[in-house]
Amino acid sequence: METNFKSPTGKIAYSVFAWIVGLAIFFPILWMALTSFKSEIDAVNMPPLFFDFNWTLENYTGILEQSNYFKFAMNSIILSFGSTIIGLVFAVTCAWAMAFNPTKRTKDTLLWMLSTKMMPPVGVLVPIYLMFRDWGLLDSRFGLIMVLFLMNLPIMVWMLYTYFKEIPKDILEAARMDGATLPKEIFFVLLPMAVPGIASTMLLNIILAWNEAFWTLNLTTSDAAPLTAFIASYSSPEGLFWAKLSAASTLAVAPILVVGWFSQKQLVRGLTFGAVK
Amino acid sequence: MSTRASTLAGHVMSAPSIIALFLWMIVPLGMTIYFSFLRYNLLSPGMEEWIGFVNYKFFLTDHAFFASLANTLILVGSVLVITVIGGILIGLMLDQAIFGRGILRILVISPFFIMPTVNALVWKNLLMNPVSGFFAWISMSLGFQPIDWFTQAPLTAIIIMVAWQWLPFATLILLTALQSLDRDQKEAAQMDGAGPIAIFFYITLPHLSRAITVVILIETIFLLTVFAEIFVTTGGGPGLATTNIAFLVYTQALLQYDVGGASAGGIVAVILANIVAIFLVRLIGKNLDA
Repeated sequence: METNFKSPTGKIAYSVFAWIVGLAIFFPILWMALTSFKSEIDAVNMPPLFFDFNWTLENYTGILEQSNYFKFAMNSIILSFGSTIIGLVFAVTCAWAMAFNPTKRTKDTLLWMLSTKMMPPVGVLVPIYLMFRDWGLLDSRFGLIMVLFLMNLPIMVWMLYTYFKEIPKDILEAARMDGATLPKEIFFVLLPMAVPGIASTMLLNIILAWNEAFWTLNLTTSDAAPLTAFIASYSSPEGLFWAKLSAASTLAVAPILVVGWFSQKQLVRGLTFGAVK
Repeated sequence: MSTRASTLAGHVMSAPSIIALFLWMIVPLGMTIYFSFLRYNLLSPGMEEWIGFVNYKFFLTDHAFFASLANTLILVGSVLVITVIGGILIGLMLDQAIFGRGILRILVISPFFIMPTVNALVWKNLLMNPVSGFFAWISMSLGFQPIDWFTQAPLTAIIIMVAWQWLPFATLILLTALQSLDRDQKEAAQMDGAGPIAIFFYITLPHLSRAITVVILIETIFLLTVFAEIFVTTGGGPGLATTNIAFLVYTQALLQYDVGGASAGGIVAVILANIVAIFLVRLIGKNLDA
C-alpha cells in the first residue's frame, strides 16, 4: 500500500523528514563508530566533536595487539558457526520428516517445540548451571555450543519446515520411484532445491547465537567467553576507555550487522514463526 | 501417501530433535521444580531437605519480589507501548515512495543486530553519561541541567535502550503487514471522501491488528527475561530500582547460592511467561496448515 506523492516538493519534504527520523534511530551506532576513531581525550570532549578531531586508528591497533581479543572473537565465531552447523543437521532431518511425512501429531509437535523457545532461561538456569559445574562444562566451548544449538533449534526446525513445505512433494516422490535411497533423496534432491531457505536459516541462527547474552554471560568466565562477554568486561568502573570500548564494540557488531542487512526479509519469517506473511 | 515405511522414516528422522529439546527443557524444568521444594544452598552442601512451599512463601512475600515484579511489568509495558506505536509510525513512513527507501530501511532496522552488551554500554557511556555524554550536551545546549540517567531515572534509561533494540523488530513486522494491504480498498475509500485519518483508523489499523498482536506476544516473551542490559549497566540497582524477575533469580542463584529460593523464583518466571505463551501458541497454531 504505497502512497504516490502528488507533487515532487511534497516527496522531497517528506523524504527529508523520514531521513531525519532514520538517522536519529541509527545515531547511537554512528556515534559509536565515530568515537572509535577518536583519542580517549577527544572522546569525552565537551562539546562533542563530530568530524573535526584527530582521526586515529590507535584504538583498533591497541585492541588487535591485545592477544586475547582474538580469543574472544574466535570464540564468537566457533560458538555461532558450531551451534548453527550442529543445529542444521538436526533441523534438516526433523523438518524433512514433518514437511514430507506428516502424521496427526506433527502440528502439535511443532507447536510444542516452539513453546520450549518461550520458556524463560532463568527457569532452567539453576539446574543447567549445576549440571555444567558437575560435568566440567562451565566455561567450555563445547557446553556453550550445545546450549546455543538447543536454544535455537526450534527456530531452525520451524523456518526449514516453512521452506520445505513450498517444495512440491512430487519431485521427491519421483526420485524415490527412480530408486533413490533416503539419504540420496535428502542430499541430492531436497537440499539443492532448498538452498536459499537453508542459507537464510543459517544466517538468522548465526545472528541469534552471536548476540546471545544470557547463557554466554552466565556460563563462561574466560576460556570460552565470546565477544558479548568481552564487551561486558568494559562495564567495570575503573578508567574511562570509551574510545577503546567503541572500537571493540564496532569490531564486535560490524560483521553481524552486514549479515543482518542481507537477511532482513527472512527475519520476519524466522522470528514470527510464520504468523505474519 | 502415508505408507507405514514413510511414517516410520518420519519418526526416526524427527526423533533426535524432539529428544534433544525434551532433555534440554523438560528435564531441567523438572529439576527446577524439585529444587524449589528443597532447602538447598550451595554454601552448605549435604544439608538439603524437603521443605514444601517455604521457598515460594519466602519468594512471594519478599519485598524484592514485588519490586522486581513491578519493574518487570513497567519495563515490558513501556517497551511495548513505545515499540508498537513507534513501529506503526515508522512502518507507515517507510511504506511511502521516498528517496533512498532501501538504505533508510537498513538504517532503521540496524539496532536489532547490535548485541545487548554493546547496546547497553554505548548508551550508558557515550550517550547518557551526565558529564560527557551526547544527551548531556543536548540538554546543556537547550539550557537545561543534564540528566544523570542512571541515578535519577535508572529504569527509564533501561527502558529506552531496550526499546531502541526492539523498535526495529516491531517496525519490520508491521511494515511487512502494511505492504500486504490491498491498495484498491484504500483507493475506494479515498474516492468515497475518506481522509487519511479515517483511512488509518478504519482500514489500516484493523488490517494491522493481527501483526500487532504477534509483535506484542513475541516481544513480551523476550522482554520478560531482559538480562544483559541490566547486568552490564546497573547490576539491578541502585537498590532494587532496575531489578527485574530474571535478574532477581540470577542474584539469588549465582550470587547468594540459594538454589531453592532461586528455583522457586524461576518457576514464578516460567508461569508468567506461560500466560503469554499460551495465547501466542494458539495464534500461531491457527495459522499453521500442517
